[in-house]
Amino acid sequence: MATQPNTPADVAHALSLHGYIPDDGLATSVFLAMTLRRPLLLEGEAGVGKTEVAKVLSRWTGGELIRLQCYEGIDVSQAVYDWDYSRQLLHLRAAEATGESLGLTTNALEQQLYNERFLLKRALLQAIDHVGDTPPILLIDEIDRADDEFEAYLLEVLSEYQITVPEIGRFSAVRPPLVVLTSNRTRDVHDALKRRCLYHWVEHPDFEREVRIVRMRVPQALERLARQVAGAVETLRTLNLYKPPGVAETIDWAQALAALGRTELDEATVEATLGAVLKYREDQDRTRQHGIADLVKQAFERGFQPS
Amino acid sequence: MTDVYVPRTTAERMAVTFARVLRGAGLRVPLGSVLAFVDALGQVGVDQRDTVYWAGRATLLRRPEDIELYDRSFAVFWLAAAGDLSEQAVDTVHITLALDDEDEDENNGSDDATEANDDPTLVLRFSATEVLRHKDFAAYDANELRIAQDLMSQLRFIGPPRRSYRYSAARHGRRPDLPATVRASLRAGGEPITRHWREPGERLRRLVLLLDISGSMEPYARAMLRFVHAAVSGRQRVEAFAIGTRLTRMTKELHSRDPDTALAAASQRVHDWSGGTRLGDCIRVFNDQWGIRGMARGAIVVILSDGWDRGDPEVLAEQMRRLQRITYQTVWVNPLKVTPGYAPLARGMAAALPYVDDFVEGHSLAAMQELARVIAATPERRR
Repeated sequence: MATQPNTPADVAHALSLHGYIPDDGLATSVFLAMTLRRPLLLEGEAGVGKTEVAKVLSRWTGGELIRLQCYEGIDVSQAVYDWDYSRQLLHLRAAEATGESLGLTTNALEQQLYNERFLLKRALLQAIDHVGDTPPILLIDEIDRADDEFEAYLLEVLSEYQITVPEIGRFSAVRPPLVVLTSNRTRDVHDALKRRCLYHWVEHPDFEREVRIVRMRVPQALERLARQVAGAVETLRTLNLYKPPGVAETIDWAQALAALGRTELDEATVEATLGAVLKYREDQDRTRQHGIADLVKQAFERGFQPS
Repeated sequence: MTDVYVPRTTAERMAVTFARVLRGAGLRVPLGSVLAFVDALGQVGVDQRDTVYWAGRATLLRRPEDIELYDRSFAVFWLAAAGDLSEQAVDTVHITLALDDEDEDENNGSDDATEANDDPTLVLRFSATEVLRHKDFAAYDANELRIAQDLMSQLRFIGPPRRSYRYSAARHGRRPDLPATVRASLRAGGEPITRHWREPGERLRRLVLLLDISGSMEPYARAMLRFVHAAVSGRQRVEAFAIGTRLTRMTKELHSRDPDTALAAASQRVHDWSGGTRLGDCIRVFNDQWGIRGMARGAIVVILSDGWDRGDPEVLAEQMRRLQRITYQTVWVNPLKVTPGYAPLARGMAAALPYVDDFVEGHSLAAMQELARVIAATPERRR
């Protein structure tokens, strides 16, 4: 049966159990998406954990995760369905070889060809035509990379949860999937699509939440190191960098430090592992300008926990 | 006689009231969103401030820029809804304004006062206050209007197309079009006699126009705004920004075909006409918020400015370098270029010039025509 939470707090608790620590806003938005059966649009900078939400939802509810990665020029044959042309041509050959095609009219031949067994179902159709008790999680990743034409088609699908294949007929969703769309905001998603969805802007987490995330994802990092890493990243985000580090970078850095066996930050280590958290050369230069010693000192102060 | 709708439940009342507050604050709230909000309140209840806040954010908000406005409106709304109307006494804060203008040598009298007291001091740099003036575009004289209308009718902004990722049918395409081939083969009993092909389509490059609207550009900004409007309404995939003391996006406002409506809307949106210029900062904001994320990638970027910049020329140079790396073509239009004996010595202009692909004049209709030609011509160098 489909999971039905009672309150946003239930959602927050369940997500935490499965490895994602949401803030109140995200928990409420996910709760509303599940109870109102509306798609959820998550916008935010890269690396703040938008795609993760869909994966965790799949782990929690047990629904299959169906992922559609968008890109410019994506069209119906890659997103919805396609015909298996090679098998269709072979079927024609076989019918001809056995003499079966002699007695058939073109219409009958066409009906044999355009049959569900030659239909390749892609992500959207898989989500709509899903069988099973638990509704699947449909993740439409980076919708801002697709173009206007695809958005228009998507709007239609998300309104009715129906897909029409001209040769076969209409597929309807018995139970609408839980749809999560993500966007990096390189482009404004069309208004009509935004109105159809619930909207949540995903922010960088605050200090305490980030520490908890690091502790959960990188269990081999000690509490002290996690706090210092979170503190350092918090400082880095105030430095006006081209690409401020997201949660993903924080986790990467913590893993790198733990792999090196460090229990706390120091200048040499930070200098050596700077590439794990900052991916632009200009950002690294700017950090060095700010002073790595300063960064470490601020991280110590921020991460200090009176015992 | 029309029925007057009376909201029945608390949720409906709350939703309608809050939507009205938001609309009063300037946010656009379509009816569908209000209905979604009512549904959401039905799920989370109307008692707790936090859940109502987040339910509203999920259903009524569409962009992160509106978050601040939403927060303020919600604070007002919740206080009123909870019946708590007591106002907190606001302490009057005395702030001393010290003017820091590099050009003036003499000390202002207020300098002495600054040292005497402990009040917080705001140091105001050049363009001390943003000049909040609304320009009236109906105040064109007949000559300028005629020029502008000429601009609109004569200029074409097509520009070199780029290869699209969508395929369309073509006679001599390079890739086979399997669906069409299979369909055609049915007519021949399964033999793919007629083969169909497809080719990638073509797509216009995006054109981004950054118009300097500061005081030094005042004689030109109005006419150039007409030019920008002609580009926005005459072509697809155009974005328009105003650079002054800050960066303002005015693409949506300029979309109307009627020039007067469009320009009136744009003038309402932009607040810092004829102030000072902070070229470097504005281009940095453009890069960070729009350009690097994708608006300027592979696009033709045209900056219409005289290059007078009160900010740090180093900043402008660095931002222009960043910009040039991702654009297809960077064009700088300078109305001063035509002046005999002009050399780009202005601090901003000199810093930006190495990172500009085409440096053109911008003072007259002829110059605008040349600009349109430069945009449309295919450059030799392909990055």
